Amino acid sequence: MLSLRDVSAGYGSFQAIVDVSLDVYPGEAVAVIGPNGAGKTTLLRAISKLIPASGRFVVEGRDYTSMPSHEVLGLGLAQVPEHRRLFPQMSVEENLRMGAFLPAARKNWREKLERVYSLFPKMRERRNQAAGTMSGGEQQMCAIGRALMSGPKLLLLDEPSAGLAPVIVQAIFDVVRQMRAEGYTVLIVEQNIHQVLKVVDRAYLLETGRIRNSGSAAELLASDDLRKAYLGI
Amino acid sequence: METIFDIYLLEALCNGLLLGGLFALLSLGLNLVFGVMDVVWICYAELIMVGMYAIWWLHTAQGVPVFLACLIGIAFVALLGATMHQFIIRPVLQAEPINQLLVTGGVLFFLQAGATVVFGIEFRNLGVQLSSLNVGEMSFSISRLLSFAVAAAAIVAISLFLRKTFIGTAIRAISQDRAIMPLMGVNPARIYLTASALGGGLAGLGAALLVLQYDVHPAIGLSFGPLIFLICVLGGLGNLIGGFLAAFVFAQFISVGGFFFQLEWGYVFAFIFFIAVMFWKPQGLLAKRA
Repeated sequence: MLSLRDVSAGYGSFQAIVDVSLDVYPGEAVAVIGPNGAGKTTLLRAISKLIPASGRFVVEGRDYTSMPSHEVLGLGLAQVPEHRRLFPQMSVEENLRMGAFLPAARKNWREKLERVYSLFPKMRERRNQAAGTMSGGEQQMCAIGRALMSGPKLLLLDEPSAGLAPVIVQAIFDVVRQMRAEGYTVLIVEQNIHQVLKVVDRAYLLETGRIRNSGSAAELLASDDLRKAYLGI
Repeated sequence: METIFDIYLLEALCNGLLLGGLFALLSLGLNLVFGVMDVVWICYAELIMVGMYAIWWLHTAQGVPVFLACLIGIAFVALLGATMHQFIIRPVLQAEPINQLLVTGGVLFFLQAGATVVFGIEFRNLGVQLSSLNVGEMSFSISRLLSFAVAAAAIVAISLFLRKTFIGTAIRAISQDRAIMPLMGVNPARIYLTASALGGGLAGLGAALLVLQYDVHPAIGLSFGPLIFLICVLGGLGNLIGGFLAAFVFAQFISVGGFFFQLEWGYVFAFIFFIAVMFWKPQGLLAKRA
């Protein structure tokens, strides 16, 4: 599905990620885990071409390394950005409609809207409310719904649990599990390592911009260095 | 005596309302462009001036019927707005606001000087005389009523466009979060171009309404350009609803103030009010960003 080879990116002279290679296969959920400042968000921004990066980017056999950022969504890569980034003064429904901006997604946008509403009944209740006035968890659901409106093949989630109360975090990870069950391919970036490893198939450990370890979620959960360094057990 | 006084006051209020509609339309384009690009087209009134000349020239020199001349004039100013964006604004989009202001200020003087060279400094008019409508003792000019109706229709059309279409929604979204737009599949450059053409088209429509009522000359932009800008600032630059309200407030100050004293005093009151609001709420009545 998605394949990165030797991807490096940074800001000015600072290299935030160095020679990152990773693969995501159709139908699986993959996590990139690591501490704050490891370069996880930079990696997702590079995948969506929001920042310049070197290396090779391939999606479904198609090289999109030199594609401008606004065309990446058309390849089926939808990103739920860090901090959700809803349009705060627009209603929930308008936010969702923005997700269906691409001509290919506009045609059956009402059907997709219905699917999002059945997935998140709360969003239907609040469809005329200004998105910025909702709670963090509701905003996160709206942001995921917005990404789904484009009819993506691969969903990129940037720290969906950040800044949310534990109960809400649980609900968000349930949503991720549900996405996977519905057949979406998911790439999720998380600091909440313990929780995310319960919902993904495989994971990569990113530290100071480099991939340090990778494997199935069970393997990583069992690995000594991960347990000592991040899980505190 | 008492009743006549009231009737004339009512007439002034109604005229203020009509003038407000025109102001609202004139400020809409400038506000829209600022909301989308964060750039103030200081030369906005000069775009209107160019549109007035275009319509005047088409009608009087080329014999094009007024209505058709207006449509061509609107299309021409829309094209001018898009062209100006592409070649003059786009290179300075990332620059300091002061540089953007200077660039559009340069366009202002360029258009003014250009109009003087091409058309001279004489006052020109279409030679179209529309009569006035009498309601009881009150009298309203047909051209004012017409411009109010067209302005109101245009404002409704624009707000429907901004709410109901995907492009319109993107135009509103981009003023709330510019950096995230590519993740929606939106190419900001295209939205900027669309909004610039729309802003230019609105200036062209303003030109069509003004040229029916006023003479055109190279410096006409100076007579209402600052006013349009102040209305936008009063409402909260970039806030379309704020600009709409401010247009009617300003127009009433001018119309009713002019009724009790002289027309010039109406402007004085309007600007005193503006200055007072700026002390009280520097970001405008309805700020774009809280």
